[in-house]
Amino acid sequence: MKKISRRHIIKISAAAAAVGAVAGPMRAVRAQAPKSIRLGYAISLNGPFAPGAGITTLPNYRLWVHDVNARGGIMVKEFGKRIPIEVIAEYDDGSSQENAIRLTEKLMTEDKADFVLPPWGTGMSLAVAPVYRKHSHSQLAVTAVTNGQADLVKRFPTLFFFLGASSDAAQALVGAVAKLKTAGKINNKVALLSVADQFGVELRAAAVPAFKSAGFELSVDKTYPLTTQDLSNELKEARASGADSLIAFSYPPDTFMLTGTAQGLGYNSKLFYTAVGTAFAQFKGKFGAKLEGQLGIGGFDPSVAGVQDYFKRSVEVTKATPDRWAGPVTYASLQCLEQAIEAAGSLDRKKVHAALRGTSFKTIVGDIDLKTQIRGRQFWVGQWQKGEFVGVEPADMLGASAMTFPKPPW
Amino acid sequence: MGLLDVVLGGLVLGGMYGLVALGFNLQYGVARIMNLAYGELLMGAAFAAFFLVTVASVDPMLGLLLIVPVAFGASWLLFRYLMVPLVRRARSREQLEAETILSTFGLLYLLKGGAMVSFGGNLRSYSYLNFPVHFLDTTFPANRLLAFAAAGLIALALGLLLGRTRTGTAMRAMAIDPLAARLMGVETERLAALAFAAGGALVAAAGTLVSTFLSFDPTVGVEFTMKALVVMMMGGVGNMMGSLLAGLLLGVAEALCSRFVDGGLTLAVAFALFLLVLLFRPRGLFRAG
Repeated sequence: MKKISRRHIIKISAAAAAVGAVAGPMRAVRAQAPKSIRLGYAISLNGPFAPGAGITTLPNYRLWVHDVNARGGIMVKEFGKRIPIEVIAEYDDGSSQENAIRLTEKLMTEDKADFVLPPWGTGMSLAVAPVYRKHSHSQLAVTAVTNGQADLVKRFPTLFFFLGASSDAAQALVGAVAKLKTAGKINNKVALLSVADQFGVELRAAAVPAFKSAGFELSVDKTYPLTTQDLSNELKEARASGADSLIAFSYPPDTFMLTGTAQGLGYNSKLFYTAVGTAFAQFKGKFGAKLEGQLGIGGFDPSVAGVQDYFKRSVEVTKATPDRWAGPVTYASLQCLEQAIEAAGSLDRKKVHAALRGTSFKTIVGDIDLKTQIRGRQFWVGQWQKGEFVGVEPADMLGASAMTFPKPPW
Repeated sequence: MGLLDVVLGGLVLGGMYGLVALGFNLQYGVARIMNLAYGELLMGAAFAAFFLVTVASVDPMLGLLLIVPVAFGASWLLFRYLMVPLVRRARSREQLEAETILSTFGLLYLLKGGAMVSFGGNLRSYSYLNFPVHFLDTTFPANRLLAFAAAGLIALALGLLLGRTRTGTAMRAMAIDPLAARLMGVETERLAALAFAAGGALVAAAGTLVSTFLSFDPTVGVEFTMKALVVMMMGGVGNMMGSLLAGLLLGVAEALCSRFVDGGLTLAVAFALFLLVLLFRPRGLFRAG
C-alpha cells in the first residue's frame, strides 16, 4: 500500500515541480505587488482521517478562499490594494504523517507558498509542527486537542491552538455531571466508554481521576478499537450496571453507531454524551428530533454575529452543512489570519505572525485572542436543543444555554 | 448482563462477518480470484442503498432487488473483461493469484478514489428498523437481527445450491481441483464467472444490510476485506458453511473479549485466531490439515 501511494506522490511531486520550474521565471519578473497570495495545504483526502478532514476542515478552507476572493482579496497596506488568494496546491497526505510532513515542507520550499494551512487531527497537527517552526510559518492548528498545549507552544513559537486541552474538555464535562449529582438528579454511577486512540485515551486519562475525586463510581470503564463494528454489548453492560450517565469519548463512526445502537436497544440513560461527530450536520440529518437532549463535545452560541450567515453561505458554496464545533472554529482561525495580514499591512510572515499574537480578532465564534498562542475559554459541552447544538458548559460563558435534563427518551 | 447475553450478541455480530465472508469465499474458493477490491463493492452497495433510501425513499430490503442483480451483472462483466485475460494467460495457480491480487489491488484504489470524488469523504448513514426487539431475555436492535437472519438464509440457500445441484457440485469440484474438474468436462471458465458474479451479488447484499446499522464512507472497504479474509481462512477456502461458522465464532470471541477483557483488544483477538488457524489448521478449522 505504501509503495503505491509513495509512487503516486512522487509522480504528483514531479508534475508539480515541472509546473514550478515553468512558473519560476515568471515570478522573478513580477511587479512589486504580487498578483496573488499563494496558499497551499496538504490534507487527508484518503484514509481514516478523510471523513474528519472532509467535514470539518476542507470545506472551511475552500469557503474562506471563496469569501475572501469575492471581496477582491485581502487588503495589504504595503501594496495599497486588495490581493486575491490563489490556492497553489491541495495535496492528499493519505492520512500518513510522513506524507503530511514531506508535502508541508514541499509547499513551504519548492512551491513557495506564502501561507500554508495545516492538516486535520491531533496527531497530524503535531507531526507537522516542526516543519512550520523550521520554515517560520504560522500554524493555525484547529483540530488539535491535547493536554500538552502549554508546553508545546513554548517549544513551537509558530504553533497556535484553538480548541483547548483534553483535560479542559474532561473537567468541564465532569463538572457538569457533578452539578447534577449534587442536585440529587443523578446517581453516582457513570458508564465510560473510550475509543482506543490518542484522543479517547487522553480524555479518559483526564476524566477518570476527575470523576473519582467528584465521588463517582465508574460502573463501566472500557475502551474499544477505532474500527469497531458493534458496541451493543458495551451498551447492555452500561444499562445492567445501573449507571444514570453514559459517557463515550468517541470518534465520528462510533458516535453514530453508539447513538443508533442505544436507540435500537431502547437504552435510555438520563444523560447521554458522545464526543467527536455529535456536532456534525450529518448526525442531525440521521437522527433528527431524537437527538433532543443528547450531549456532545463542543457547542457554540448561535447568536454570535455572522455565524448564521456563515452556515447559509457554507451550504451555498461548499454544498455541505458545517459541523457545530471545530468547523466554525476552523473558519474563525482563517478570519484571524486575514485580520492579522490586514493589521500587519504586509505579506511578510514574521510581521503577520506578530500580528496574530498581538491583535484581538472578531470572528464567527466570538472574539479570539492568541497572545498565549492558545485560544482562551470556550464551550466544551454542547447539547442538541430544538435542532441546534448549543453550548451549555462552562455555564458562565457568554451565550451559554441552560442544560436540558434528563434527556427525553429516544 | 449474563453470559448468554454476551454469546447471543456475539452471534448476531458474527452472522454479519459470516455473510461478508461468504461472497469472498465464492470468489476465491471457486473462481480463484483473490479480490482485494471486495470491500469496495460492499461500500458501493452501501452507498447505493443510502441513496435509494435518502433520495428515492426506497426501502433497503426492496433496494436489494435492484442492488443485488446490478452487482451480479457488474461482477460478471468485471470477471469477463478484467479477469478472464489473466486466467487465460496464467500458467499456474500461483501466477494467477499474484496477477489477480495486483489487478484487484489497483481496482480497489480506482473504486475508492471514484467514490471519494463522487460522494466526498463524509460519513453516511440512515436509520432503518432501529427499534428494540426482545428475544430470549435480552434485547437486540431489529436491523441487526434482520442482517443476522438474512445471513443465515443466504448461507443456507448457498449451501443447498452447492450441495444439491449439478452446477453446485461442479463448483465444489472446482474448489477442490480445477484441473481435474476441467478434465471431467466442467466448463470451468463459465462456472468461475458465475461464482465470481455470485460473490459480487452476495457482497452487495451484505453491503445493503450493513448500511442499515453502520455508518460508512468511501474508505471502509478494506476493513471488510480483511475480516472476510480472516473468516474465510478460518472456515476453510471453498467451505461455505465453514465461513458462516467461523464468522459466528469470531463474533462470539470478540464479544467475550470485549465483555471480560477489553473491547480495545477485539482486533487482536481476531488476528490471534487467524494466526493460530494458519499455524495449526491451515485448511480451516473444519477440515483436518
